[in-house]
Amino acid sequence: MALLTCKDLTLRYETLTVMEHLSFTVEKGDYLCIVGENGSGKSTLMKCLLGLKSADGGTLTLGDGLKRSEIGYLPQQSEIQRDFPASVEEVVLSGCLNSRALHPFYTKAEKQRALEQMECLKITALRKRCYRELSGGQQQRVLLARALCATKKLLLLDEPVTGLDPVVTTELYGILEHIHKEHGITIIMVTHDVECAVRHAKKILHIGKGESFFGTCEAYMQSEVGQKFLDASGHFEGGKFCHTHHTPQKGDGEHE
Amino acid sequence: MNDLSAILTPEYLAVVLLPALIAGVAVSLCSSLLGVSMVLKRCSMIGDGLSHVGYGTLCIAVAMGWAPIQVTIPVVIVAAYILLRLSESRKSRGDTAIAMFSTSALALGILVSSKANLTTDVSHYMFGSILAMTHGDVILSVVLSVCVLLVYLLFYDKIFAVTFDENFAQATGLNVRFYNLLIAVLTAVTVVLGMMMMGALLISSLMIFPAVTAMRICRSFKRVVVTSVIISVTCFLVGLFLSLWLDTAVGASVILTNLAAFALASLISMLTRRRKPQTADVPKE
Repeated sequence: MALLTCKDLTLRYETLTVMEHLSFTVEKGDYLCIVGENGSGKSTLMKCLLGLKSADGGTLTLGDGLKRSEIGYLPQQSEIQRDFPASVEEVVLSGCLNSRALHPFYTKAEKQRALEQMECLKITALRKRCYRELSGGQQQRVLLARALCATKKLLLLDEPVTGLDPVVTTELYGILEHIHKEHGITIIMVTHDVECAVRHAKKILHIGKGESFFGTCEAYMQSEVGQKFLDASGHFEGGKFCHTHHTPQKGDGEHE
Repeated sequence: MNDLSAILTPEYLAVVLLPALIAGVAVSLCSSLLGVSMVLKRCSMIGDGLSHVGYGTLCIAVAMGWAPIQVTIPVVIVAAYILLRLSESRKSRGDTAIAMFSTSALALGILVSSKANLTTDVSHYMFGSILAMTHGDVILSVVLSVCVLLVYLLFYDKIFAVTFDENFAQATGLNVRFYNLLIAVLTAVTVVLGMMMMGALLISSLMIFPAVTAMRICRSFKRVVVTSVIISVTCFLVGLFLSLWLDTAVGASVILTNLAAFALASLISMLTRRRKPQTADVPKE
């Protein structure tokens, strides 16, 4: 049985219906990227997969012995976290909370697990540092380590590369590849970066108004929806890189 | 300025000052713990709202001749639950709803107490009366503070998780609603206790100041929590001493001591972070 099965799913954002009759499955060992334009309901779907929002129609079922508390999650960085005084260790450890019921403090095994994940993501040296003082890439690693503390089976990522520079982005995809292959963790990622999605994922779920697609990467690139979207996004990306307005110059930016 | 040796007779110490000290330290401890979560969760207005509701309830309780704290605590706990729901709801703006709800409760209380001609009786809850607390009040404050402290310690890890990232905590199976409610209930109890001590107008700043001050100089959650407890208790003791010496209101003295501590911490953090200059966030007038 599949890890996750969506059947005829309908989702609303407040009163607006963002998607209807969506069906797809996620098997063990899959690497699925969910792509689509802004406002196509990617984040709403993510919330539903995480159980933060209930389906407004259709069903979402977990299978293969997967429990709600065994899902790891890498959120988009929120406002709160940016100035939150917490050490890396504290953040990573908080990923272990789901595996215990009423035990009030962290056990040795949990601390060990947190340590292993920090080792795996090469952030052990940052252990005592303050989370808010780290670079964007380092922060993502910390949150990823926390997510890995929470799961051995399924990892959900919401726009993990937004705001990261190209080098760090490549690095992050490398880490995910490693986690996927070596640790055998199933990955579901929401992303706007469709080019990277087709390069790394096994399967693509494209959601959008009227046209949606679910299937392998190869099939997606052959499909009309996929070609259209890939072309459009390539063009857009190119345009974005040409118009970088972030050029710091000396003597600039002093306005009292 | 008062001549301290004249005031501090053994009798005064034992009957007035010692109970005030014990209750004050206990409540400062609780308020600083919960203040950290409130500041970090961006819901400092819930504390303020609760103090409004608490004051309104106190007015009614006094007018009806009920025991003030025993009535107020359960009412404020219910109010905390309602305020939490209001702040969660997306349809109405959370902060507006909280302000409307809490000031209405306050207005109702004032209406009842003015009708019963008790305005002067209840006005000391507005500014606090730590030196006039009865022995029963002191014992109740200490017992409830110990409860708040124990619950906080037992659920410390979960409170961290819920404060740091609610969505992650919920997505990975933690009962976020329960823990939010727990924080709100603990806050409610602390607000009522603090209100008798510091006054309804000042209690929310007693919660917020130590946390914000600690956040200026600390870089981990545990340190922020521990430091804010130390700052809170120290500022309370210093403030109380100053108020006796200078013959000023206790609550106001404690808050201004907190302000001084905050200024000092800001200065320290500015000096230690010279290498990474940040934009000054002190409002200019």
